[in-house]
This record gives sequence, C-alpha cells and structure tokens, in this order.
Amino acid sequence: MILIEAKDLCKEYVNEEVKTPVLHDLNFKIEEGEFVAIMGPSGSGKSTLMHILSFLDKISCGKYLFKNKDVSEFSDDQLAEMRSKEVGFIFQAFNLLPRTTVLENVMLPLIYNGLSATARNFKAKQALISVGLEHRLNYFTNQLSGGEKQRVAIARALVNDPSVIFADEPTGNLDSKSGLQVMKILQSLNEEGKTIILVTHERYTAEHAKRILRIKDGVIVSDEQVLNRQMAQTADELVK
Amino acid sequence: MNIFENIHSVWHIIGRNKIRSFLTMLGIIIGVMAVIIVMSVGAGAQSLILNQVKSMGSNLVGILPGKADEKGPPASAMGIVITTLKDEDLKTLLKEIPYYTAATGYVKGTDTVSWREQQTDTNFTGVNGDYINVEDAKIEMGRFFSEEEEKTNSRVAVLGSEVYEDLFLDQNPIGQQIKIKKTYFTIVGVMKKRGVSGMQNQDNQIFIPLSTAQKLLLGINHISFARLKVDNAKNVDSAVEQTKIILREKHKIDNPENDDFSVRSMAQGVESITQITGALTMFLVAVAAIALVVGGVGIMNIMLAAVQERTREIGLRKAVGAKNKNIIVQFLIESIMITALGGLIGIILGIFISFLVAKIAQSLGYDWNFVISISSIVLGCFVSVGVGLIFGIIPARKASQLNPIEALRYE
Repeated sequence: MILIEAKDLCKEYVNEEVKTPVLHDLNFKIEEGEFVAIMGPSGSGKSTLMHILSFLDKISCGKYLFKNKDVSEFSDDQLAEMRSKEVGFIFQAFNLLPRTTVLENVMLPLIYNGLSATARNFKAKQALISVGLEHRLNYFTNQLSGGEKQRVAIARALVNDPSVIFADEPTGNLDSKSGLQVMKILQSLNEEGKTIILVTHERYTAEHAKRILRIKDGVIVSDEQVLNRQMAQTADELVK
Repeated sequence: MNIFENIHSVWHIIGRNKIRSFLTMLGIIIGVMAVIIVMSVGAGAQSLILNQVKSMGSNLVGILPGKADEKGPPASAMGIVITTLKDEDLKTLLKEIPYYTAATGYVKGTDTVSWREQQTDTNFTGVNGDYINVEDAKIEMGRFFSEEEEKTNSRVAVLGSEVYEDLFLDQNPIGQQIKIKKTYFTIVGVMKKRGVSGMQNQDNQIFIPLSTAQKLLLGINHISFARLKVDNAKNVDSAVEQTKIILREKHKIDNPENDDFSVRSMAQGVESITQITGALTMFLVAVAAIALVVGGVGIMNIMLAAVQERTREIGLRKAVGAKNKNIIVQFLIESIMITALGGLIGIILGIFISFLVAKIAQSLGYDWNFVISISSIVLGCFVSVGVGLIFGIIPARKASQLNPIEALRYE
C-alpha cells in the first residue's frame, strides 16, 4: 500500500514579500514498510521535506497524499491530529523533557490522544522494553547517556504505534557505538514492518536504509535502492 | 489530558522551582493578605465605633447648634462656634414633648486640676443633673450632683475614674476640695469606669454643673450640644420631628432652610458612621488591590520567561500531537495554580494577622470584634484566580502560537 505520495510538491518561504523557493515539483511515492533515507547536503531542503511529510509544515503548491488522503489543505488542528496518530519523531538533539522521568517522557505523545493513565503507563513500558530500557523507567532523563537518551526518544516515537517514524539525523549527537545501536534498533523496527524515513547528510548512515532519495537544491537528483546495504547487526561500529 | 492530570503535572513543575514559584506568588500573597486584613480590620473598627455609640444608649436624640444636612458634618464639628442653642431650649423640649424622659446640655473645657500637691490636666464637662440618666452612667462612690445644685451654680464636681486615680490614688475624695481655674469645687462623687465611648475617654473628665461651668469657668450662656433620652425606640422619629418644630417656633424660624440647629437620632448617627467607615474600608481595599495588579504583572513576567525557557518543550509537545488549545490550557493552568496557591496562602495569612490584630485590640481593652466576612474570602479566591487567568492568557497564547519547527531548533 502506498503510504506517502508527493505530486508536484513544492515549498517556498515568503519573508517580507521576498519568496525563497526551497522545494521544486517533487514527485515520489513511499510504500508501507519501506526504509527510506532522504540524503543531501545542508541547505538542500531535506529538512523542509521531512517537516512537510511529518505534518509539521504545509506545502505551497502541488499535492501531498497520505494513505491516499489529500492532507494539503489540512488545518493546524488536523495536522496536530495526524502527528498524534500517524507519526513518531526521533530528533538529533533527542528533545527529551528535562527533570522528568524516562517513563513520563515516553508517555507524552499518549497524553494528547485521549488514553487513560493506566493504558498510557502500560504502552510506555512496552515501548521501553522494546528498546531495552526497562531498567531505567524512573530515571530522570539527565541521568542517562546519549545513547540511552536516543533510545528513550525511539520508545517515545514508537509508543503511539505510528504508521511512519521520522528520524532526523538520529546519530548526529552520538558516539559511533551508540549510533550503531540506534541504527540497529531502526533496522529491526523496519524488519517488523515499520515504515522509517531517515534524514541524514552522511552517506554511510543513509546506507542503512533500503532506498536513498538524494536531494539537492530542492530537487530529487536520484532515487535508488541501496545495493550494498550496511547492516548494523553485523558491523562493529558506525564508521563516519 | 484531563484537568486533573494537568494540575498534577503543573504541581510537579511548581515543586521543582520552589523558590521561584514562591517569589512569583509573593505579590499575590501580599495583595490577597492585604485585602483580607483591610476588610477584617475595617469591619472590626466599625464594630468598635458602633459598640461605643450604642453603649451610650440607642434611644438618644442629639441636638447640635447650626444647620446641617442630615448626613454631612455639622458646622460645630469644624470649629465654628455657634451660640444659638441654650439650656432653656432643653427645658422647653422636656416640657412640651412627652417622649423625652431626660435631657442634658454639654459645655466643655480643658484645664489643670489640682488637689493639694497633685495636679493633672483634664477635661471638665458642664452637664445637667439629668446627665447620668441620659447616658446611663453609673456612680462608683458618692453621688451625682442634683438638678437643684445645677440651678444654683453650686461648686460641686464628680470625678471620672481616671482623674480620681491620678489625683487621689486610693484616698477617699468625697468632701475634698479641688481647684479648677482658681475656683474650688467640692467633690461629691466618682463615676464608674466607662472606657472610651462616643469617641471620647469618659474616664478622664470632671463633671460639674452646666450653669457653673458656663458662668464661672467659661463665661458663656450657650451650650455646645445636647442629648435627650426618648422613652421608647419607636418614638424616636416623632421626637426628632417635634423637636424641630418646637425649636423653630422658639427661635422664630419660618423656613427650615434657615434652621440654626440640627437634630439627629442615634440611629442616623450610626448610619453615617457606617457609611464613613465603609467608604474608608473600600478605599483601603482599592489600595491593597494595587498589590494584586503588581503581583499579576509579576506572574505575566515569569510566565513569559517560562514560555521562552520551555520553547523546546512546547515544540516537542506540538510535534507529538498537542493542539494549540492543549498548550494554552497547560500554561493557563500553570499561572492560575500559582496565583490560586498564592491566594490561598494570602487568605490564611490574612485571617491569622486579622485575628492577631483583634486579640491585641481586645487585650488593650477595646470592644473589638474579630470579623472575617465570607465575602472577603470569596473575593480573595476569585481575584487570585482571575489574576492568573488575565495575566496568564498572553504568555499562554504566545506559547501556543510558537511554530513547532522553530521551537524544536531553539537553543
């Protein structure tokens, strides 16, 4: 099933009547269960594309279909609803709440979709077990290592059982060993059927995905399957 | 997320920043506390004044020389001497109006009084022999002077309890001679202790016959004011009306506009005192409310800083599905909880301090009631929640309108 479809999708920023085009007429499809890396140098528009695909930003022209539904004209509240139900985020800077426990951080997305406290607690614990952090439930996030923080963030991205997980430079703030562990988790999540969209500027990291969308100056310059895929399971460490 | 979970999580935020939360609350605490104290002390002071007025008896009618509008102050209260009211007027009123059972005029002076080597500065008050009936005063020893003695300009005196203590310590004063303005008076009695009544210390006075005071000490023939006792509370109003008619007749006044006297019942006096103290209390409450506005600005300031400080948190919450209204509710609950908590502390402190004030006043011998009105507590609650709501809305809106992408990148 086609999860994401961009039709002549474009984006421009308007600042004091000066238009800055960022994305030009993008056309691509992403199927359910894919592991796609969006790759490009800084300023290429890859982050903007991720923000649009993850309902954080709106398009300027063209169409964005999610599960065959046109979301181009969605209101702010409808987009919030989509973020709440359909996507999970993993950020470069983790973005965990300080002075808050691991469990509370993971429960955060569930607060906004109306689950009872008991159900939230249960689902958050399940998500933390799946990233191997069941022994850290009541730790404060500032007591964790970088790798553990990113695993908490992965658990948070998983907890509402989203259709797609967006990982924005997830290894960027990590040492190679922790980075490898994160990629390992992402790959195994994909094995279990999760759609994952990875945004990175590093070729090596991108090669952990199955498909790479290369983007430069707001246009897709190549869209190909990864032939020699990096498998985090077998590698010793993430070489940068 | 329901309200209770919001409150729970905000409680954690407040708990984590104890000192900052307390300082933020301080303005509200002081403001609410001040409102509660002012209202309580105002009510206490009002009860004190009313108790004093009532202690003179409520069936009294007072006459002041000079025209006055019934609610405003009489001319004599502003230091203007008007000589139109005479003792004969009272005699006529007593004779003509059956409701009056007793009447007395008053003249007052201040001088040094001496007995042997002892001296004290005190007030002397010239009154009629009826005085103790009019004011329900009691005699401690001896007797009050008689109407007869009053008519004959006798040089007799009755001491207030404080004057007695100052001059005689514990000796028997009856029959002793004291000197006021080079004139010797024979003491015939001592009054029972009465405390402060009618805004005057009744114990630091010497009572002498009215005519004696007028002729020998002051050299006047008018009286400063008069009080008359009515037999029954329900006759007070008609007594007041008849008094006006008779005085106009006697003073040959055709038009009430030209009255040279004013007549009021104690009930009217009580009413005007209530009005004055009420207005004063409201003024002080308004002053105290300024503290609440200042407190509110403090809350807004801190909440704006909190929005800035938690920009990434807001961005994250939006990214994981929070709608604008979720963010507004979260920050509004936070500011309201801070002000409500401050209000609660302010109410408790205010009640406690009002209670202390009442206890201290009571221990000083004042007839002071400890009054905390429900309305002041309700006002305190509403105002503190209202301040949180009003001053929290701008920061909360600001938080909700943050762009999640920019907020997540915020350093």
